Amino acid sequence: MKAISIQNISKSYKDTKALDCVSLEVGRGQLFGLIGPDGAGKSTLFRILTTLLLADEGEAFVDGLHIEKDYREIRKRVGYMPGRFSLYQDLSVEENLSFFATIFGTTIDENYDLIKDIYVQIEPFKKRLAGKLSGGMKQKLALSCALIHKPSVLFLDEPTTGVDAVSRKEFWDMLKSLKEKNIAILVSTPYMDEATLCDKIALIQEGKILKIDEPEAMMAQFERPLFAVKTNSTYQLLNHLRLQSFTHSVLPFGECLHLVTTETLSPESIQEQLRLQGFIDVVVSKIRAGIEDVFLDLSHKAGNHA
Amino acid sequence: MFKVFMAFVRKEFYHILRDKRTLLILFGMPLAQVLIFGYAVTNEFKDARIDVLDYAKDETSEQYINHLQSSGNFIVRKVLASQKDMEAGMKSGKTKLVVSIPENFSEDFYSGSPTQIQVITDGSDPNNANTLVQYLTEMTRSFQRTKRNESPNPYSIHVASRMLYNPQLASAYNFVPGTIALILLIICAMLTSLTIAKEKEIGTMEILLVSPLSPLLIILGKVAPYALLSFGNAVIVILIGFFVFDVPVLGSTVLLLGMCFLYVFTALSLGIFISTTVKTQQEAMMKSLMGLMMPSMLLSGFIFPLASMPTVLEYIGKLIPATYFIRILKGVMLRGVGLNFILFEVGVLLMMTLGFLLLSWRNFKIRLE
Repeated sequence: MKAISIQNISKSYKDTKALDCVSLEVGRGQLFGLIGPDGAGKSTLFRILTTLLLADEGEAFVDGLHIEKDYREIRKRVGYMPGRFSLYQDLSVEENLSFFATIFGTTIDENYDLIKDIYVQIEPFKKRLAGKLSGGMKQKLALSCALIHKPSVLFLDEPTTGVDAVSRKEFWDMLKSLKEKNIAILVSTPYMDEATLCDKIALIQEGKILKIDEPEAMMAQFERPLFAVKTNSTYQLLNHLRLQSFTHSVLPFGECLHLVTTETLSPESIQEQLRLQGFIDVVVSKIRAGIEDVFLDLSHKAGNHA
Repeated sequence: MFKVFMAFVRKEFYHILRDKRTLLILFGMPLAQVLIFGYAVTNEFKDARIDVLDYAKDETSEQYINHLQSSGNFIVRKVLASQKDMEAGMKSGKTKLVVSIPENFSEDFYSGSPTQIQVITDGSDPNNANTLVQYLTEMTRSFQRTKRNESPNPYSIHVASRMLYNPQLASAYNFVPGTIALILLIICAMLTSLTIAKEKEIGTMEILLVSPLSPLLIILGKVAPYALLSFGNAVIVILIGFFVFDVPVLGSTVLLLGMCFLYVFTALSLGIFISTTVKTQQEAMMKSLMGLMMPSMLLSGFIFPLASMPTVLEYIGKLIPATYFIRILKGVMLRGVGLNFILFEVGVLLMMTLGFLLLSWRNFKIRLE
């Protein structure tokens, strides 16, 4: 029995289709990432799985329980951390945690070993009001509260959004240690670089699943040659590359451009050609595709089909 | 189950005690309201300035003017010389009433022929003007009685009136029940609808729903502290009324407290009902202020008598819980009646409570939509 099993779930809000025939499965002890930009439908899927929303079509099972018929039982078993910080800001760290422990019929002491790794980091501030914590600490507290009743499935909706880089790394380390305790985790994030930290990921855009696979496999399957192109006149080069016959797609990636070509070329030959065309400082190197490249490539294809 | 409930109540008390705004509404408002209504908003008056236009200028008119002042209600500001000066005082707002005594006042008065005294008041403040005229009429009558005491007119009808239950016409007798009704409504209905809306607004409702808590427990846990606090408030207002404004409690205290408790329930169920129809605190605030506070203040018979309203407003007034509660309070506190005299009002409040609870039950969403 899978921890989460989703079959052809669709959901619309008035005219907009938030989810379009989504299917996926998450195994026990698996860290599953739902990767997609804002508005892709991630939060809607979370709310459907946590029984807060009803799907228009399709079925889903969480821990073997039907999301509509067995909603009461599901609510006892899952841990849910909504996208927005949703704890009581006027209660202290300790008061928040003990409140959530109590309403789930347990105590902090009973499940302390489960949250220990996370909670020790915020324990020095346990008398501080939750509203006065930093973003990273808020998320650690929220995770502690979602874990305190030893859920079998954990739903984390964008837990690292708005959190600094160091805290983000710590947070993912914690998730890794959690899955060793055989808790299935479904986590969503708009940050593509976090995808590689998951066991398996689903790329989602505009309510449609683009692809589901292990992140390594997904990157390895990227067939076309990919180059990072660096120059000081990025914008001019972007426009220039778009016109070249060998260009499949070119997109800005931070400081440089990622160029996908239709034919196999050596970085040196591209560099040479561009220098001749007036981009004196250009540096071209061949790179391995990241999840973001895969995502953009897939969403490009999906866009072309539509 | 009880442990969970207590944890919820404790959490709610933390919210209340740590929020200055809630605390102010909870404890500052009742006190301010009682004192404002008690000391400022009253129909009684003392030392009203009046002008006199005395055409008679004889002994009897002098006695009459002195008699008017003897009660402490009126002070003669100015004795006017001619009719032309009558409006000046009123225009400047210095005087509220002018008494004009005719030339042959003394003769007519003693000969028994009809005497007329002209009274002119400032109608821009009709309530006040009416009260002044009433007082003046009363004073004139008593003047007539004392003067004619030696030779009672065998044909005159003497009206002996007595205000039962409130002999001094003290306005505290009206505002204490009214204030209790208002305060309980504000605290129970407004604060509970606000606190439930707040959970929705900050997103904690989402987490509470994805937990083993049943909707009933969530609601009970949220309203129990407010029920307790507002009941305490009602007792404080009754005590202030009793000790500071001398408003008696003639009926049974147990019955009175029981009635307060019933009304707390009605107001709470109303607050819960409001909270099921709103998404944000602002919405909850608007609905409870406009939909509850205003009508309860204006249409419950607290400030304006229900019977003198246009039929439409009268019927709206009959839909307001405060209307019935004020009647109950006046009955029990001032007239000292027992339960059998207020059965109808109690029945209406019970029905309303049940109705609101049923509506909330139907409206409560176990999901987000």
